[in-house]
Amino acid sequence: MTLSRFVTKNAFRNKRRSILTVLSIAFSLLLLTLMMTIWRAFYLDQGSAESAERLVVRHRVSLTFSLPGFYREKIRAVPGVVAIVPVSWFGGIYKDTKPENFFAQFGTDPEEFFKVFRDMEMPEEQRTAWQRDRQGVIVDDTLAKKYGWKLGDRIVLQGTIYPVDLELYVRGIFHSDPDNKAVYFNAKYVEEAVSFFKGQAGTYSILAASPGDVSRIASTVDDMFRNSPQPTKSESEKAFGLEFVAMMGNVKAFILMICSAVVFATLLVSANTMAMSIRERTREVAVLKTLGFTRRSVLGLFVSEAVALSLAGGLIGFFLGWIMIYGLTHSKQFISFFPMKVTPGMCGLALLTAGFVGLVSAVVPSYHASKVNIVDGLRHIG
Amino acid sequence: MAIPISYNVRNLRLRKGLTVMTALGIALTVTTAIFLMALLAGLQRAFVSSGNPQNVLVLRKGSEAELSGGFDAALFPTLKVLPGIAKDSHGEPMVSGEWVVVIVLPRKDGTGEVNVTVRGMMPDGLELRPSAKLIEGRWFQTGQREVVVSKSIRSRFSHANIGDTMEFGKGSWKVVGVFDAGGSAYESEIWADVNQMASDFDRQGGYSSAYLRATDPIAADALKNRVSDDQRLKLEGVLETDYYAKQTSSGAPIKYIGIVVAIIMAIGSSFAAMNTMYAAVAYRGREIATLRVLGFSRPAILTSFVFESLLLAMLGALAGILLMLPFNGMQTGTSNAVTFSEVVFSLQITWQVAMYAIIFALAMGLFGGLFPAWHAARQNILTALRG
Repeated sequence: MTLSRFVTKNAFRNKRRSILTVLSIAFSLLLLTLMMTIWRAFYLDQGSAESAERLVVRHRVSLTFSLPGFYREKIRAVPGVVAIVPVSWFGGIYKDTKPENFFAQFGTDPEEFFKVFRDMEMPEEQRTAWQRDRQGVIVDDTLAKKYGWKLGDRIVLQGTIYPVDLELYVRGIFHSDPDNKAVYFNAKYVEEAVSFFKGQAGTYSILAASPGDVSRIASTVDDMFRNSPQPTKSESEKAFGLEFVAMMGNVKAFILMICSAVVFATLLVSANTMAMSIRERTREVAVLKTLGFTRRSVLGLFVSEAVALSLAGGLIGFFLGWIMIYGLTHSKQFISFFPMKVTPGMCGLALLTAGFVGLVSAVVPSYHASKVNIVDGLRHIG
Repeated sequence: MAIPISYNVRNLRLRKGLTVMTALGIALTVTTAIFLMALLAGLQRAFVSSGNPQNVLVLRKGSEAELSGGFDAALFPTLKVLPGIAKDSHGEPMVSGEWVVVIVLPRKDGTGEVNVTVRGMMPDGLELRPSAKLIEGRWFQTGQREVVVSKSIRSRFSHANIGDTMEFGKGSWKVVGVFDAGGSAYESEIWADVNQMASDFDRQGGYSSAYLRATDPIAADALKNRVSDDQRLKLEGVLETDYYAKQTSSGAPIKYIGIVVAIIMAIGSSFAAMNTMYAAVAYRGREIATLRVLGFSRPAILTSFVFESLLLAMLGALAGILLMLPFNGMQTGTSNAVTFSEVVFSLQITWQVAMYAIIFALAMGLFGGLFPAWHAARQNILTALRG
């Protein structure tokens, strides 16, 4: 009988207990995987290569103020700026105010839109069709699938910020990875209908020549408008998105708190099981020792048993988490401006945590077991 | 006949280590649940206590929030003479045309910039909000570039003490007072004179909203309808209480994440509790058989073990509540989904939250204890006695 076989045999001698322990650890690790995914999406993911070359210019005071239209040409003159388009949040109501009918709607300039958003794919003839029709709108392909939109379909958006109801016709369906689940129409439509929005833009999206140009362009633009009535704030697309995360409150602390609670809970569960199973085996330990096993090898046996159990739990938990995130990102209801992805590194981290928890939880009970005096152990009644 | 409760208590005490560790595991789950529920309770309180049932908020038709509103100041005189409006201290109708903007302020602790609501109001605006009490300095004066800040704004942002100046709009504003809004949504606002504000943000000749005080709550309802039905105005009246109640939806992300986290943790803890209870049953095989021989029925044994599990969970719940109590009243902020700015609220461990936490823990205990107890009750007496 090899050592590893001895460990596995022992780990599953009380099947029910082992399975319950593994499942309990699995659910904790599932949560840990979810939290890691959120953390990665918010703080580690740098977005696509194209996203790293883009920046967003907005009114310094608040997103609720718009910028003058003439800023566009002034910003275009900044060295390193390849293309620039206005992107204005419309915030209209589609059908009703139910959350599942909410999606992002932007007014923009069809002529230059795809020069900035080069990572969005759409057939050439649809691009020209959109540019020709002032009432044209292009929609994200997952959004089109959700609402069953086809080319030529009519979409009515009821304005809330702007007193106008837009009557739009689908002229193109674009694909982007990750899905951005938004629609884009010609901002001129709103400008003509709403006097106070004439010659205005909510934000500007800029494509820089290279990712290295982004911060320099941002500071040049902000300096240019610093003392004007409409000062700007420019930042990379990722930083712009992170501001929305920061608005939710102290998300980092929140995630860390949940993670530490989860890890500690796992530790308790694992320690509990090991304490139970080792106490049962006091007499066996004595037998092992009589057979010539050293204290060190007895300790090793128990610790590896605990590590094996928690690793099994970690693996199951990680896969459950993976499945959950896969299901979530592929569901029609789910809207996220951040790409949620599970990486091999996370699997490693989950297993590492599980292994660590197993190790720590087994140390104290195993140490006590290994110290048992042979005679006392043999007398012990379980 | 039922097995005495003291039997369970003694058993839990016998296996101290096991009991404490399982209870702590449950306590951790309960702690997380309490934290999330306390957040939501605090948020709810911030919004629910904000509205005054006698106040009617007037917005442009079709706009759902003060920020996205905006109507012509020429409509204001018509609003002012509507019947059913209470009189202010000068004998005039108590109405306030207001401008609401959102500005960015850097957090004191340097963790980034946050959107904060600045509200420009007429002098009656203060009378309309009697719940806001001045705690230091004085109110802003009409025609002056002065602001009063809420207590929580002062503690969370730099340059917000009396005598400091804040930079927004077209220049600097002097902080002259601090008010306490009693944990309502106003607790996240900065107040100033409406005309000064409008000129700073180039919004002269308009208001983003207006507040009317009705003579009583019933008149408020009528006043609301009168505003909405007036064809000349193209405005919409909303009861202030309804307006804020709707904003509680800002807590939706916390709520959904909280439910998912709590359920997953609860399942894990239930399995752990089940493990402990199975072990308890296994240790006591002979004991249970003896009880049966003495005449205790199967249902009695089942109840006894389920009860023991519930006791364990209860211990966990109490430990969890005790662990969280020091955090009661801790202030935090989140983004208001309607106004786009930060709303400040405090963690509220209310009786309701504590009750839910206990129920939540008991559910875990029930789930964890039922199967082991069933197993215990169904044991064969003879084999158990021999074993």
